[in-house]
Amino acid sequence: MLDGLPDGLTGALSPDEWRAVTLSLKVSFWATVLSLPFGIAVAYLLARREFWGKQALNGLVHLPLILPPVVTGYLLLLTFGRKGMIGGFLEQSFGLVFAFRWTGAALAAAVMAFPLMVRAIRLAIEAVDPKLEQAASTLGASRAWVFATVTLPLILPGVIAGAILAFAKAMGEFGATITFVSNIPGQTQTLPSAIYSFLQVPGGDAKAMQLVLIAIAIALTALFLSEWVGRTVARRIAGS
Amino acid sequence: MTLSVRLTQRFGGFTLDAAFEAPMGVTALFGRSGSGKTTVINAVAGLLRPDAGHVALDGQVLFDSDRKVFMPVHRRRLGYVFQEGRLFPHLSVRQNLGYGRWFAPREEGAGFDHVVEMLGISALLHRRPGALSGGEKQRVAIGRALLARPKLLLMDEPLAALDEERKAEILPYLERLRDETEIPILYVSHSMVEVARLATTLVLIEGGRVVRAGPAAEVLSDPESVPALGVRTAGASLHATVAAQEEDGLTRLETSAGPLLIPRVEAAIGARLAIRIPAQDVILSRTRPDGLSALNILPAKVTAVRLGDGPGAIVQLKAGDDLILARITRRSALALELAPGVECFAILKTVAVAQTNVGGAG
Repeated sequence: MLDGLPDGLTGALSPDEWRAVTLSLKVSFWATVLSLPFGIAVAYLLARREFWGKQALNGLVHLPLILPPVVTGYLLLLTFGRKGMIGGFLEQSFGLVFAFRWTGAALAAAVMAFPLMVRAIRLAIEAVDPKLEQAASTLGASRAWVFATVTLPLILPGVIAGAILAFAKAMGEFGATITFVSNIPGQTQTLPSAIYSFLQVPGGDAKAMQLVLIAIAIALTALFLSEWVGRTVARRIAGS
Repeated sequence: MTLSVRLTQRFGGFTLDAAFEAPMGVTALFGRSGSGKTTVINAVAGLLRPDAGHVALDGQVLFDSDRKVFMPVHRRRLGYVFQEGRLFPHLSVRQNLGYGRWFAPREEGAGFDHVVEMLGISALLHRRPGALSGGEKQRVAIGRALLARPKLLLMDEPLAALDEERKAEILPYLERLRDETEIPILYVSHSMVEVARLATTLVLIEGGRVVRAGPAAEVLSDPESVPALGVRTAGASLHATVAAQEEDGLTRLETSAGPLLIPRVEAAIGARLAIRIPAQDVILSRTRPDGLSALNILPAKVTAVRLGDGPGAIVQLKAGDDLILARITRRSALALELAPGVECFAILKTVAVAQTNVGGAG
């Protein structure tokens, strides 16, 4: 992803800065990929099904969007920290630790990006004519097959858009991440945390500016990629 | 194969309470918009769960409110052709046609090539639905439903969204479907032209209730059906055989009541046709009329007279072996002293071919 950047930018990076960039990419990639199935499932539930507690689920999904990120980070620390209810269980059962690890940064990024992802996918699902899904079921397809063969192909542009939006949000996540996993160079110091650190020390502005430019480049690349992929897929689905 | 249906469903102020049987052939559900036809067909399909009732196909229960049976849509194996086609936009025509086959059991049934040939869609297979005309879409939708090897075909106004030319293009395919496949068809329509042409059994629905049901020829020639059919659309059919193609562009038909002349139809000598006689286009006379421009005059015997609430009256006549209807005024009915057994002459102002290639029994 960084191949296209001029040598002047990447060549001048210190190992810590370089690690911040790659860590951010890794964190955002896994945050997006692992939350995508949940995002699709929740979007489908909200768009197509009626059930008790639907409004509560909707509220829960959107909570990170309206809460101060620091609050979200602190809540994550309480539940997914080593002494937290879920965190303790996961550590004992699977040896999976979130607190002060890059995995925690990925979790924080996923939680913060989730509302945006769900929103994009939900809009795509709502745009699919339920009559097509009905037609598929009259032809013998069960609900799962209808989803796999009709709904999913038709919402693919929305899914891709939602994923890339979530990736971009994850790249920029700062408040919840720094609260939950702190700012440890090489371990949990993501791109935004690194920029923040540089701005805290005298003479760090130039270093911060380098990272800012990299952040802008990654964001623009993601944006163009999503436009291009979305358009290509939409054209393929509509049929020419 | 017989479908038996008994349903009640309440929505707001409207109550649907319908029961009928659909044997082999085409069973048309006929009624005005809002009479509950689509609710019935959706309940049979399983797209809607009625408040109460019982739906069974050849003894297999699809829905029974007392026994709490509700077979899900995808297990019912009914082909459904919707008004708007509902082809999958992301799949090619070939993939659309093949969709239902994935889920159908591997057994003898309509073959892909046969269905494609019957519907005349072999040139469209590689196209996307977006590139098809309305009539082509509907033919593909019919093929898709057939290839799912359904035990019953449901059609909800499959021609309503098409213009007259496209309708004329598809009707022959539906006739072939009726005559060449062993699948009963439940056909919802508010078009008398389609019903007269396709239906073997007719169920008239009005305000959520079945008002008349039975063999199509019987229901259409029954004066009691006229209020439900509408006085402008009521009319019965005559069976005819093509006798000759005349030099002046007319076709001579032979009926059991006598000869008829109609504008040229492209049919071989000896072909059997059904001729639709709209009730309002029949004039009655007690004596054989003379010096009239009308070409088609058949001797007939009055079998029933139904005086309407308004100024009209419906007369049922036996012309040869067939029953036809005439809509005249109550005043004329009384003046002519029309009563069962009276001999008279029916002057047919318009005659239209309703069905071509009528099978032996019609």
